[in-house]
Amino acid sequence: MYSRPAPQIGFSFEYLMWIFTRISGLALILLAAIGIAGAFIMGARTQIDLSTLMRWTFFPNPNHVVNSNIPDVAIGWATAYWQIMQMMIVFFGATHGINGLRVVIEDYINASWFKIILRGLLLAFWIFILIVSVYVILAS
Amino acid sequence: MTLTRNVGLKGLKYRGGGPMLVWVLHRIGGLAMIVFISIHVIASFFYQQTAGDFARLVDDIYESVYFQVFIYFFVIFHALNGLRIILMDFWPKLLEYQREMIWIEWIIFIPVYGLTLFIMIQSALQAG
Repeated sequence: MYSRPAPQIGFSFEYLMWIFTRISGLALILLAAIGIAGAFIMGARTQIDLSTLMRWTFFPNPNHVVNSNIPDVAIGWATAYWQIMQMMIVFFGATHGINGLRVVIEDYINASWFKIILRGLLLAFWIFILIVSVYVILAS
Repeated sequence: MTLTRNVGLKGLKYRGGGPMLVWVLHRIGGLAMIVFISIHVIASFFYQQTAGDFARLVDDIYESVYFQVFIYFFVIFHALNGLRIILMDFWPKLLEYQREMIWIEWIIFIPVYGLTLFIMIQSALQAG
């Protein structure tokens, strides 16, 4: 049975990612709270429903919510403040998630050429998601 | 070393208990969220660029209540369990009480998720 060695405390990649996972998890909860507050402030007047509220909370982007027809709300979100918020959510979320996927791969795939390819694919996927989402945020 | 005997459903009797169940749910939920959020981002991109039938289809899938029921479970559970892990990492003395913390976690989780589930199903039924 292969098991991953525990990360050494110090300036190592594993330890930094361990710290990052905790900090980004807390940051995501905080950002979600701010997003819910914003969604309530802008959506309460139009009787926003729960699922729409959730969607605006986590990724407040007009291209993201299609089936709920609330045109008034879209205007309030299209400011630099909420765009920076979206970018922070995307950065923390994508990095936290893909680091988690990396940990799962380190746990279950034995060291081989396949693992190296998977690591490369993950890195490419991370960069791809970041570029695509920042493009969506800035171009909408 | 590999397991040679046939375990079958006897594996369910593994005495990992609450902490193991929570660990499994945390991991499955994390993987599910990666899939879910990646679909979200890519669908947003396609909707912005083309607004075509394909983008609409992907959007209909992830805005459906069946998808939301699962993803809401995973998001809330992952957040609560992550908070528990962070608390235990910062105050290692709490590790002794991790089973009690898991009970508290479920006590918080069940009303939060149950109420939302009720509202989601109610609005889905009303919408027809």
